[in-house]
Amino acid sequence: MTVATESKPASPNPSGWRPSAPVAGEGITAPTVTGNRALMLEEPLLFEIGSRGQTGVDFEARPGGSSRLGGLERQGVDLPGLSEPEAVRHYTRLSRQNYAIDLGLFPLGSCTMKHNPRLNEKMARLPGFADIHPLQPQETVQGALELINKLAFWLIDLTGMHGVAMSPKAGAHGELCGLLCIRAALEARGDARQVVLVPESAHGTNPATAAFCGYRVENIPATKAGRVDLEALKARLGPDVAAVMITNPNTCGLFEPDMKAISDAVHAAGAFVYCDGANFNAIVGKVRPGDLGVDAMHINLHKTFSTPHGGGGPGSGPVVLSEALAPYGPLPFAAKFPDGSYKLVEEETAGDEHPDAFGRMVAFHGQMGMFTRALTYILSHGADGLAQVAEDSVLNANYILRSLEDVLDAPFAVSGPCMHEAIFSDKGFAEGFSTIDVAKALIDEGFHPMTMYFPLVVHGAMLVEPTETESRANLDQFIAALRSIADRAKAGDQALKAAPIYAPRRRLDETQAARKPVLTYDNPAPDGSSTGLGAHFGGG
Amino acid sequence: MRYLPLSDADRSAMLEKVGAKSANDLFRDVPQGLLLKEPIDGLPLHASEMAVERELSAMARKNMVAGDVPFFLGCGAYKHHVPATVDHIIQRGEFLTAYTPYQPEIAQGTLQVLFEFQTQVARLLGCEVANASMYDGSTACWEAIGMARRITRKSKAIISAGLHPHYVSVCKTMAKFTGDTLETELPGLEAATDAERLIASIDGETSCVVVQYPDILGRITDLTPIAEAAQAKGALLIAVVTEPVALGAIKSPGEMGADIVVGEGQSIGVGLQFGGPYVGLFATREKYVRQMPGRLAGETVDAEGKRGFVLTLSTREQHIRREKATSNICTNSGLCALAFSIHMTLLGEKGLTGLAQLNHARAREAAERLGAIPGVRLVNDSYFNEFTLELPVEARPAVHAMVEKGVLGGVSLGRLYPCADSLKNGIVVAVTEVVSDADIDALEAALMEVCK
Repeated sequence: MTVATESKPASPNPSGWRPSAPVAGEGITAPTVTGNRALMLEEPLLFEIGSRGQTGVDFEARPGGSSRLGGLERQGVDLPGLSEPEAVRHYTRLSRQNYAIDLGLFPLGSCTMKHNPRLNEKMARLPGFADIHPLQPQETVQGALELINKLAFWLIDLTGMHGVAMSPKAGAHGELCGLLCIRAALEARGDARQVVLVPESAHGTNPATAAFCGYRVENIPATKAGRVDLEALKARLGPDVAAVMITNPNTCGLFEPDMKAISDAVHAAGAFVYCDGANFNAIVGKVRPGDLGVDAMHINLHKTFSTPHGGGGPGSGPVVLSEALAPYGPLPFAAKFPDGSYKLVEEETAGDEHPDAFGRMVAFHGQMGMFTRALTYILSHGADGLAQVAEDSVLNANYILRSLEDVLDAPFAVSGPCMHEAIFSDKGFAEGFSTIDVAKALIDEGFHPMTMYFPLVVHGAMLVEPTETESRANLDQFIAALRSIADRAKAGDQALKAAPIYAPRRRLDETQAARKPVLTYDNPAPDGSSTGLGAHFGGG
Repeated sequence: MRYLPLSDADRSAMLEKVGAKSANDLFRDVPQGLLLKEPIDGLPLHASEMAVERELSAMARKNMVAGDVPFFLGCGAYKHHVPATVDHIIQRGEFLTAYTPYQPEIAQGTLQVLFEFQTQVARLLGCEVANASMYDGSTACWEAIGMARRITRKSKAIISAGLHPHYVSVCKTMAKFTGDTLETELPGLEAATDAERLIASIDGETSCVVVQYPDILGRITDLTPIAEAAQAKGALLIAVVTEPVALGAIKSPGEMGADIVVGEGQSIGVGLQFGGPYVGLFATREKYVRQMPGRLAGETVDAEGKRGFVLTLSTREQHIRREKATSNICTNSGLCALAFSIHMTLLGEKGLTGLAQLNHARAREAAERLGAIPGVRLVNDSYFNEFTLELPVEARPAVHAMVEKGVLGGVSLGRLYPCADSLKNGIVVAVTEVVSDADIDALEAALMEVCK
């Protein structure tokens, strides 16, 4: 493999250190016996190294006796175990094949990959929060209810809203909660509206949620400046429109300057405004969605309030609600009494205290473990720190925008500052080169790629969200790397097509994965017998 | 502001670079008068790590910690011993602070774990395929009903009286908006489940029968006849498992013919955490995989032919299909799935069956002793680690009275079914491996006292 070393960025390393010898992997063709390369360790599947007789736990033996299992005793389950040292090594080795915020800049637009403070983790593990049961009598969980209530009031104050439903399990679940509130409010006034309007640039969850709630989804066009087309929206509003779902700041990284006018028009037409709060990080402490006329907005605690993403969850998506929608929020919720005690309003008392609630969205009270982390983060920053979070996240994004707009097409750069993320397109790349080649080359430079091909309204979109937890030196290094890669993409450097070459894996064949899905491991069976219940599926 | 690396000098230099006069200048699109120039009134300002720790700890101390007292609560969340290794591994930054594995070349750790998780879940539940997890058991249960509707093109779901009432509530909430009809009933304080009623209720309009196993009262019923009856009428059997440790001792729903098996995975690797985050399990037959909600990791190869894993079959999902997606779900419960998988790996078959036997032995000891208290009746003939007692007094005040004695003695059915008079003397008692002989002594003494 030849590598275009001469096109490496000029001085990207703040320490001044440059590798004087070839970096790992470069020019090396000799395979090792193990397949490992020093610290890059290959790890087999659990099913290839474990065995059914091995275990990493010890239990005291209990006397037998007649079972009360209803005559349904199980005869074996094919689950291999590992001893503790083997298990620690298995997962530690696997962990090293992951990129993470703890390793470097992770500029996934719209995903807000900011630093996850370890104090959050420590607080969530206090036994008083981690080791309490959701159905414990309420007098034994007053501190937990206090915590939920306290976080709820912060969320209400930060958004200028009237109420909050805490139980939704993630952003998309929160969207569902918000739309269910809207539908319940409309039904309460006997108004059966069928349409939800969604901008073309919306997250895919928006139309999926609206469709789930039984609504017909229609698109609203965007202007050339990347904003909702207010006139087109006004023209479409009518008695059949239940709600408009808007992301603000939007997925192009821009604030919707007409937001208040949009809300006024939507309300005048008898409909509600749902705001996708995925990008709240940009405006927390600076703008209150309630002031913009929003009726419902979910808040991704794992984005704005720094709870860890954990490789894809768990999320947490409380939904703040306007006065018109608050009566319809789901059960249960935590309430505070004048005597200072807290209470969980559940089915038993809901009839008196919350008669219009539409029932539960989840079995228990929501993502308590995420609430603890989010409140820890909020108290750490305080009202002043949160406003600084928004300012720094916006400043960092604008710094990236203005440092790259001369080498990458930035379709909305002329219309003014961006918010917390900067968007670029693949315009100007050599024939056959696209956003994915830039993204994969960033991997070789030691960065996680930006969000690719989203939003759909920008061709070959590259959505870069640095977040406020990156230093200027980190941004400069990233900018240097991306400038170099952009130049190579414009010049048609074929080496880009091979990227990444230094990652644990080269580009993976996603087509094969989808065409012949292998979703579970199938034990090899030399004698032809079936070895487990997890039957093999598809090809391979 | 310990989480913000920019210095004031950085900020000034960067503002100059971007051509802005001030930070507020960057917010110029916000309508005049709506941009906040000062911190929001009435909210505290930033605080040191030590001060925040003090405030949170004060709230934590107000709660009665399960591990500090004789503890017998279950009903969908169980206290099990989680090996120290689990929490250590999930706090590795490479797992904790990674995102959804959209860039598979640098996310093989997460992806391989998800592939292993899917295999473990499929084998545990006795199914051919499993997804990479859902939010929790209750939402997985609802998603299964929706999936059955898509497969059968029918919309009547018959719900067993033994399904957790909060799960029923979630399903009812969703059904209001999708047009599904749900047939439900209250459970009775008796040893027999409503299997016969379910079988008799299935008709040509039925999309699915939903049965919890073991059920909310801890009873274990053979799913085979229900599966056969459902399938004979073109309906699916959905089995719901809220205590997966049970499947180390009793037959899996898949073995008995369930078409979709969902569950709450909290018992394995995930602590109580006052109800969340938990991890929903979702498994089914291979032929239904394209109707399954949620993420899936699949095996493939890279450009050099090395084995690797990617997220796959995403054409079912919202970011591709938008309003035509199988679900609006966008996250899974990644870190909890990791915890589940590590714990299951440490257990293996040997550890899981040992754990299950220990739970069952402990529960038998407790059930025999508590059922012998004068006036107290053991409702169950069959159970795993959880059973129901009928007390001579109302159970809800009894639970509160036991709290006064420092015992968390169970979940009263009055809490779960506030309107059901017939159930008000019922209490569900869960007995796992963490319960000691002294704990059973304490519960026995407390129950004797409150039943006087």
